[in-house]
Amino acid sequence: MPGEPILEFSNVNLRYDQTWALRNVSFTVKQGETRVIFGEAGSGKTSLLKAAIGLVGVDSGAIRLYGEEVTALEESKLYNLRGRTGFLFQEGGLFDSLTVGENVEYPIVNRQASEGETTRDGDQIDAKVRETLRFVELEQTFDRPPSALSGGMRRRVGIARAIVTEPPLLLYDSPTAGLDPITANTIMALVAKERDVRNSTSLIVTYRYQDGEIMDDFRYDPEQELLIPLIGEESPKRNRTKFIVMKEGQVVFEGTRHQMQDSQDDYVKKFVRHED
Amino acid sequence: MVNFLKTWIGSFQEFLLISARAFSNLIRRPHYKDDIYLQMDIIGVGSVPVVLLTGFFTGGILALQMARALNTYGASSQVGAIVAITLVRELGPVLTAILVAGRNASGMASELGSMKVTEQIDAMRALGTDPVQKLITPRLVATAIMLPCLTAISDTVGLFGAYLVATPLLHIISGSQYWATSWQALVLNDLAQGLIKPFIFGILIALIGCFYGMQTTGGTQGVGRSTTAAVVSASIWIIAVTFLIDKIFVNL
Repeated sequence: MPGEPILEFSNVNLRYDQTWALRNVSFTVKQGETRVIFGEAGSGKTSLLKAAIGLVGVDSGAIRLYGEEVTALEESKLYNLRGRTGFLFQEGGLFDSLTVGENVEYPIVNRQASEGETTRDGDQIDAKVRETLRFVELEQTFDRPPSALSGGMRRRVGIARAIVTEPPLLLYDSPTAGLDPITANTIMALVAKERDVRNSTSLIVTYRYQDGEIMDDFRYDPEQELLIPLIGEESPKRNRTKFIVMKEGQVVFEGTRHQMQDSQDDYVKKFVRHED
Repeated sequence: MVNFLKTWIGSFQEFLLISARAFSNLIRRPHYKDDIYLQMDIIGVGSVPVVLLTGFFTGGILALQMARALNTYGASSQVGAIVAITLVRELGPVLTAILVAGRNASGMASELGSMKVTEQIDAMRALGTDPVQKLITPRLVATAIMLPCLTAISDTVGLFGAYLVATPLLHIISGSQYWATSWQALVLNDLAQGLIKPFIFGILIALIGCFYGMQTTGGTQGVGRSTTAAVVSASIWIIAVTFLIDKIFVNL
């Protein structure tokens, strides 16, 4: 349902020894919205994404995902929730013992195995995997091992694996980190395309302000198969992207891009790209 | 000292928890049968050449040493019996287990360790898979099944190696006498020890190898540390558990 909360953090705290990873973090993400999360290294961005699906346990507070309380569920009960959420790891997190095709196929096969399905329609799965690899423009890598791919290609395969089951929520951990600007823009174009084609909800951790700009300023046009600027358009998509800035585990800013640009906070200003 | 003990107890507790989860997954779906067959191939079939070679030469060495010692007492004809009992009860299970620990506990620790430091384990959890179910339980089942088989192979080629030394090489006993005394020397208790030990060792090797792999931190250096720790720990446990099992069987 549009506008329904998909992910809610309420006063979440997490500490590793004496360091705060998350400190009194509260925010809500509704269906179809995008959150772009900025912060210095060690400010708790990745911990936030991992806590959202219970990959790390929190010390206190509540996290609700699809209406279920993640913090109250046992590990075995979380697998179903995680299976409905796409997660892109910083380096792709691809299984290097499997080919690209097998990596993308994994979530489908895993879900079938978890549901106790014994028969497997190989052709249907193969077609879905190829379609998803085509979406990230890497169908030709189907039989190749992940080690034979460049960093940007691995990230794109990671996106394919994250979206192959068409999850309603996607979590991207630094999808453009360490990539050249052209490859980084290609990745962000795919993230925006996925959001607009399937109307999915996204949380994106990044260091690059341009990544937020792409999510805020562009929409994917399926007819032209291009990202087109939203400038001047009266579209509900215009206000779906919000920016979060984290510092030492705390959310120090949450608002629109324009509010972020106008912020007088020195820490927040560090992440804003100002035109010269 | 107190910190070391706390760390050790914490690690042992973690080991017990992972082990309990690996065992409980035996009766919980999904079952990754393909992974079990793959691991049986890697651990079992892959270890056959090294087990054949070491088993054969162990038997030969035993026969050489025993022939000399037994000759002092005029009991050379008992070489088959002594070799059979020693191989089946102790050396076969222990040597095969230590070889498999060196080959496979290290392999498990390094493979799972690499997966841990490259976020593949987290990716597996994020994709809705229990890594214990997918990675540890198949290795546990495969090692527990394949190590007794490998031990049986090692014992057989060891007896054959001893036969070649005792009969065609040293001529201290005829072939038929060698095989008859070997067979007669073995009782049910010996065979039971010879199969129970590798079964328990198999469980230990898999759990220790996987545990160290899953605990890996600190990048590629950490993978190296886990691999070494897994082999050392598995080898020590194999010897210690041998002592315990022997104590139980001697009292039977």
